[in-house]
Amino acid sequence: MPVKQLTVFLENQTGRLAEVARILRDADINLQGFSTTEARDYGILRLVVSDTDTARQKLKEAGFTTHIAEAICIKVEDRPGGLYKILDILANAKINIDYVYVIAGTKLVLSVSDIPKTESILRENNVVICD
Amino acid sequence: MSSQTAKKDFWDPEISTASRDRIISIQIKNLKDTVKYCYNNNAIYRKKIDDAGVNPDKIDDIADIGKLPFTTKDDLRDSYPFGLFCTPLSQVVRVHASSGTTGNPTVVGYTKEDIDIWANCIARVMYDVGVRKDDIVQISHTFGLFTGGWGFQIGTEKLGALVIPISGGNTERQLKIMADFKSTVLVNTPSYTLYIAEVAEKFGIDFSKLHLKLGFLGAEPWTEPMRVEIEKRLHMKALNSYGLSEIIGPGVSCECLEQDGLHINEDHFLAEIIDPDTGKSLPYGSKGELVFTTLTKRAFPAIRYRTKDISYIYTDKCPCGKTLIKMAKPMGRTDDMLIIKGVNVFPSQIEEVLLKIKDLEPHYLIVLTKENYMDQIGVWVEVSEDNFHEKLMDLEFFEKSIEDKLFSAIGLHIKVSLKEPKTIARSEGKAKRVWDRRQGGN
Repeated sequence: MPVKQLTVFLENQTGRLAEVARILRDADINLQGFSTTEARDYGILRLVVSDTDTARQKLKEAGFTTHIAEAICIKVEDRPGGLYKILDILANAKINIDYVYVIAGTKLVLSVSDIPKTESILRENNVVICD
Repeated sequence: MSSQTAKKDFWDPEISTASRDRIISIQIKNLKDTVKYCYNNNAIYRKKIDDAGVNPDKIDDIADIGKLPFTTKDDLRDSYPFGLFCTPLSQVVRVHASSGTTGNPTVVGYTKEDIDIWANCIARVMYDVGVRKDDIVQISHTFGLFTGGWGFQIGTEKLGALVIPISGGNTERQLKIMADFKSTVLVNTPSYTLYIAEVAEKFGIDFSKLHLKLGFLGAEPWTEPMRVEIEKRLHMKALNSYGLSEIIGPGVSCECLEQDGLHINEDHFLAEIIDPDTGKSLPYGSKGELVFTTLTKRAFPAIRYRTKDISYIYTDKCPCGKTLIKMAKPMGRTDDMLIIKGVNVFPSQIEEVLLKIKDLEPHYLIVLTKENYMDQIGVWVEVSEDNFHEKLMDLEFFEKSIEDKLFSAIGLHIKVSLKEPKTIARSEGKAKRVWDRRQGGN
């Protein structure tokens, strides 16, 4: 099952990320992990949270532009070579990763174009996929 | 080139040092002639003159000009492309067009005689400040439909000096040629002139070792501090040159070495100042909208063309010896036209492009800044759920696609910045569409 990932458009301004975190705290939403990507004047914040729909609603109300995208969340073995094992499987299957980031220490969030296909390849290789 | 010889040596001494009475008698004669000529040769002008209830044979006094109808940029647009020409196209040897206006560009035409008049006007302003046959004139204005480059090209040739029609851009080459060809005169926009200085300093080029003495700078508004900066850095005297394609191009007026007001070539261009709201003529010395009537042109004569530039006109005993009337350097516009890198831009043009873009909110803010002394124009637009793609690449592509559309419509690179929703102030009534951040340093 792909996870729902919440994406937020952020201008490069002091306090914008803090504002997102505050809104989530006020809505009692737990942040499992996130990543940021920055361009010239703005960035994209990607979040995996305990309640994506509420989080989106709250952020929208506060004037943020958001988007929900699906991504695959998998468990990485917490030992040397853990990441390589996953990436090697994907490379062999010629699956390109759009972006990837770590959440909760040992979980990877992956964005690929064909989620079901990628999930089944990972499953065949005994990679644990999280919900 | 020396200001000593320039003092008493004029290109057209009988005009440049003529008495007021003599100038006014030339103007009345040519005004009568122009009005009759327009009436007899152009249906649009005839209708305008008839509608104003003016008998074209009854222009007897210079004050009668106040009865004549105005010509505006809209008249040119509405008659696009050649509707206001007064000669058959077979007699027109050149057209120019103004850079960007909403809808149609404004097209102007020249007969062979008009071209000669134009060349003479420019030769006059150059010669009268000391440019001579042995000068080397580097023209860094863009050549094309824009009048800036071509006007100085033919004026310099008429004077007999050497022209380097290098056109705009490629700053390193500008500097190499300036040094190798020993350019003595620079024709350029003030902002690009300062940028050239900046690049030169980066390369360790010392202008005191080059040969520049004089700059004819124009095609955009500039300030006195900018002149001081240009003169200090380029080791040349910087003169303000004024003109607009609808009148002829550069050569309408230009500063003398006194740098105190621009002498108008008033044997060809009759200047008035009007109240922009009421259209009433204002006396000398009053600030208002500058209006010009061409007195000698044939392909496209302009009757009371409203420049929308704010200035005032005055006579003084100019120490340079010229008696031609002066206009103050334009101090603003009556409309919202922006002049960026010599390109005329109306906010409405930008709006027109933006509103056609799918998924874009109808809120935008044009932001003007200065970078390397050059005016920069950018536009803020807001992201929305409709245009927000979760990948950075898509957002950058979206910005770039808007920039491309703006470039093809306006001919200017306008940087697009995506902003968070509601960043751009909403207003009831007239929205503030331009944020000018150019003041306050570079």
